[in-house]
Amino acid sequence: MTRMPYYPGCTLKTKAQNYDLSTRAVFRELGIDLVELPRWNCCGAVFSLVTDDLLRQVAPITNLIRVQELQGTDSVDDPRLVVPCAMCFNVLKRANARMKDNPEDLKKINDFLYLESQPYRGEVQIIHTLELLKEISAKRIKEQVKFPLLGLKVSPYYGCNLLRPKDVAIDNPENPTLLEDFTQALGAEVVFNNRRLRCCGSYQTVSEKGLVADLVYDIIMGAARAGADLIITACPLCSFNLDWRQKEAMEAHSDHKLIPVIYYTELMALALGIGNGFGGEHFVDPQPLLQKFLEKEKGGI
Amino acid sequence: MTQDLIPIYIYSRKYYVPEGSTIITALEYLGFKLKKGVGCKEGFCGACASLYRLKGDYKLKGGLGCQTVVQPEMQIVQIPFVPAPKAVYKIEELQPDPEIFVRYYPELYRCLSCNTCTKICPQELQVMDFVQAAVRGDFEQVANLSFDCIMCGLCSARCPAEITQFNVAMLARRIYGKYLMKKSTFLEQRLKEIESGKYEEGYRELMSLSQEELKNRYFQREIDFQIT
Ligand code: SF4
Ligand code: SF4
Ligand code: SF4
Ligand code: FES
Repeated sequence: MTRMPYYPGCTLKTKAQNYDLSTRAVFRELGIDLVELPRWNCCGAVFSLVTDDLLRQVAPITNLIRVQELQGTDSVDDPRLVVPCAMCFNVLKRANARMKDNPEDLKKINDFLYLESQPYRGEVQIIHTLELLKEISAKRIKEQVKFPLLGLKVSPYYGCNLLRPKDVAIDNPENPTLLEDFTQALGAEVVFNNRRLRCCGSYQTVSEKGLVADLVYDIIMGAARAGADLIITACPLCSFNLDWRQKEAMEAHSDHKLIPVIYYTELMALALGIGNGFGGEHFVDPQPLLQKFLEKEKGGI
Repeated sequence: MTQDLIPIYIYSRKYYVPEGSTIITALEYLGFKLKKGVGCKEGFCGACASLYRLKGDYKLKGGLGCQTVVQPEMQIVQIPFVPAPKAVYKIEELQPDPEIFVRYYPELYRCLSCNTCTKICPQELQVMDFVQAAVRGDFEQVANLSFDCIMCGLCSARCPAEITQFNVAMLARRIYGKYLMKKSTFLEQRLKEIESGKYEEGYRELMSLSQEELKNRYFQREIDFQIT
């Protein structure tokens, strides 16, 4: 087992526990023990673009000090911080880059954080779970698949946070293949949705349900036209919007086709044979599809 | 016996007070009439919150007036009360659900993780850590980390996100105590004993004692019960 620091983020501890649980489970299966950072705090949810308000950068940096603290103990083997939530990943990585580019800012923040055990040295490396899977390699994942997802038509959805801005992108921002390669390794059929990089509407979902429902309609219909049974995501907010705003999309558009949305780690757990029971609330219930699939697998087609 | 006097500033005015005084005893020595801003004088009630700065130090510090010993050239002001929203709820009607904080203290989610609250807390609590535990709905963690909060209010007065940490923590502890904490079997057993009249005779006897005898009993009592 390789032990690595792990930042779950608030959403994975509340609304998206299924993402947290499935992430830990699949990585354990692949030989990586994710060690939750002690005393982590909310990363701030949105990276602040305000250049003169350093207080907004304090939250991510405090977390990176926690990583340093953990690295100083003998409880991790690989020092890189693993982050599954696309939003947290985006915030932490951008704040980290900003500190590297602006040593003056880092100094001010360190002066402000005088209660901490140590200043942030600007050297923590942050890696998204999908990048880590790529490192583990599609080949290795394929070898561990117990129930190949043959015949399941999966449409990967990236959204914005994993690919923008370019310097924190986990893959080619215009033509990513990470989720596709991964889906293939699980034996499923990748269907190409040309809306897979579109913004899901993000936090507008709170005040502008209708607007988000229209975006979601467009994205889901893109997947439907490509013949998708299922959509996979790597972000709790994308998942929420793509799943729950189908309610409003369905009400506004009579031709809307309902498609279930799950995390790529849940799909992987299914293929690796480590479970289908991570909970999570859905508007479009994925269980009928997944159950049907499992039965077919177990009965041997 | 002569005691050395040292200079301090109260509301920016210079005074001389005996060395070794606490902020409260210094105020009393100077003849301030304390109608607010003091209570137990034992560090438990949280009424005597004060802000101060020490000579040559830029840090603004928080302390309990009754526990903080004055130092030469210290600047002091009391903060007897901090206005704070306080949610009204019936605990029986609540659920141990993180949504409770969204409902009653939505400003909680504005926390910037700046740790200013931790810096000022006279009880030296990890205030930010319990605020963050509340953000992620971990009632047990909030209850444990905030257990020694005496509701002095200083954290809230300093918070850039205008959160009332102590009221959030109070809500969390109530929920935790009512719904999540392991119940003490000892308490239930004792309540049953009381109901069955086991202590009636003992009480009657105590009621009949004189003040002197009561005092004797108090000081000679054995403390032998176990807390589970
Ligand atoms: S930003 Fe969002 S997902 Fe990340 S830790 Fe904060 S609330 Fe959680
Ligand atoms: S947590 Fe806040 S209210 Fe409680 S003791 Fe500390 S500063 Fe005072
Ligand atoms: S002072 Fe307020 S914003 Fe800063 S960490 Fe404490 S609760 Fe959060
Ligand atoms: S007077 Fe009660 S805590 Fe100071």
